[in-house]
Amino acid sequence: MFDKLLVANRGEIAVRVVRAAKELGLRTVAVFSDADKDSLVVRMADEAVNIGPPQAAKSYLNIDAIIDAAGKTGADAIHPGYGFLSENARFAEAVDAAGLVFVGPTPEAIRTMGDKAAAREAAKAAGVPIVPGSEGEVGDLDQALAAARCIGFPVMLKASAGGGGRGIRVALDEPSFEHQFHMAQAEAKAAFGSGALYLERFLSRARHLEVQVLGDGNSVVHCFERECSLQRRRQKIWEEAPSPAINAATRHALCESAVRLAQRVRYRGAGTLEYLYDDATREFFFIEMNTRIQVEHPITEMITGIDLVREMIRIAQGEPLGLLQADIQTRGAAIEVRINAEDPDRNFLPAPGRIAAITWPAGPGVRVDSMLYPGYTVPPFYDSLLAKIIVHAETRDLALARLRRALDEFAVDGVVTTAGLHKRLARLAEVQEARFDTGFLERLLTAQTSSASAHGNQGQKQA
Amino acid sequence: MALHEVLSPLPGIFYRRPAPEKPPYKEDGDPVADGDVIGLIEVMKQFTEVHADAGGKIVRFLVEDEAPIEPGQPILLIEAA
Repeated sequence: MFDKLLVANRGEIAVRVVRAAKELGLRTVAVFSDADKDSLVVRMADEAVNIGPPQAAKSYLNIDAIIDAAGKTGADAIHPGYGFLSENARFAEAVDAAGLVFVGPTPEAIRTMGDKAAAREAAKAAGVPIVPGSEGEVGDLDQALAAARCIGFPVMLKASAGGGGRGIRVALDEPSFEHQFHMAQAEAKAAFGSGALYLERFLSRARHLEVQVLGDGNSVVHCFERECSLQRRRQKIWEEAPSPAINAATRHALCESAVRLAQRVRYRGAGTLEYLYDDATREFFFIEMNTRIQVEHPITEMITGIDLVREMIRIAQGEPLGLLQADIQTRGAAIEVRINAEDPDRNFLPAPGRIAAITWPAGPGVRVDSMLYPGYTVPPFYDSLLAKIIVHAETRDLALARLRRALDEFAVDGVVTTAGLHKRLARLAEVQEARFDTGFLERLLTAQTSSASAHGNQGQKQA
Repeated sequence: MALHEVLSPLPGIFYRRPAPEKPPYKEDGDPVADGDVIGLIEVMKQFTEVHADAGGKIVRFLVEDEAPIEPGQPILLIEAA
């Protein structure tokens, strides 16, 4: 048991965790960088500790500063949120070593599932289908090329230590392989400190599905799937639950496979297993596991009625899972859209700045997770996520109608956001009919850009 | 000789190197041409190249590597050719 929780994060997820902690009667500690003195979580938490300068490496990634902050305030548990140190096994170990509770899985589980090659091995052993790929890491170019020939082109080169869509390159054919191999190796080394790579077949028209699991170290349950196929540069921008693309039999097989794999590593806490799904063959392939709460967790909460962050904290307090699989049912459909401080009309250029005014959507079936308030200045140093607008209704069509209505109510003055893009997507036939894959949004945006520049050229000619 | 200041176009973190283990784009005393890349600015996890808007010789950098930076802040002092 613990009664004071430190949240080692910022932004909307820090606010989300503090809300769950308060509902459980816990006292809360926020940590903040010099750039986040005026953040909402600093105002909400019972106490707040400055952990360093704006650069994340010197604050939100500074393990010693965070453990110190817990010591100073007498916090006895740490929730890592997502990003930053949430999937850092050394951090989980440091928390343990300081005699504190880490709200998440064991360092061993983080290490196994965080290492993409080891995670693939674990999946294979659990009988979970994986994308055809190399046997573990590939060493030099010759070994990599031999593996690529076996897998078949196009292939993806992925950094073993990568994640979140980062550290991935695609080689379309054999002649381009050598160049991509060297680039991927250099990038992996620069970004993650290790140049280790593994290869996977590149499925060009796949959907991104993922299964939410909860474990207590003994048993594991799933909370069904989410579909996150609408992505730009491998970053999700729109997520929904359940997936509109799979039938009951596929759903059952998919979710059962996630439970088998999580059980194999005796998973504790909330986790997500990510898959690619091929519409044509109805095959799903495990790609990786995120050993933390995810940005898009609210849509699962909406359709299952389970508070995932509360469950994470209860499990960390040593309580067994209070849920049997048969207790977990879904109701209706939920959609989340990410409101980012980016300008869709200027190639998603980041747009930090001061929030002059906000009108949040409200009414039935609408939830907003955000750290914004009028007068808040969005700093340029961190993620561009400002808010998540989440809707829930009896059916997907009704959820889409609710989303259109909510986005029309939403207004923010002072920064440019991606809200306009979501308004367009919510009215698009392909989105309404769920005819998309992970490349859909990029193709749509490219087509719009080229048609816009074609119009521009035409204009010049007429002039 | 006229001195010229290159100003930051964006807020964020200024980097003098293309990658942590790579050498800096430019050193104090180096020659610089109009349009040369002199550093990167990270804004919300996106990297943008910063270009010199005058040619000449670099007197000195006015911002440390990996330091926070504001729009309009002088980054580099150039002795214009």
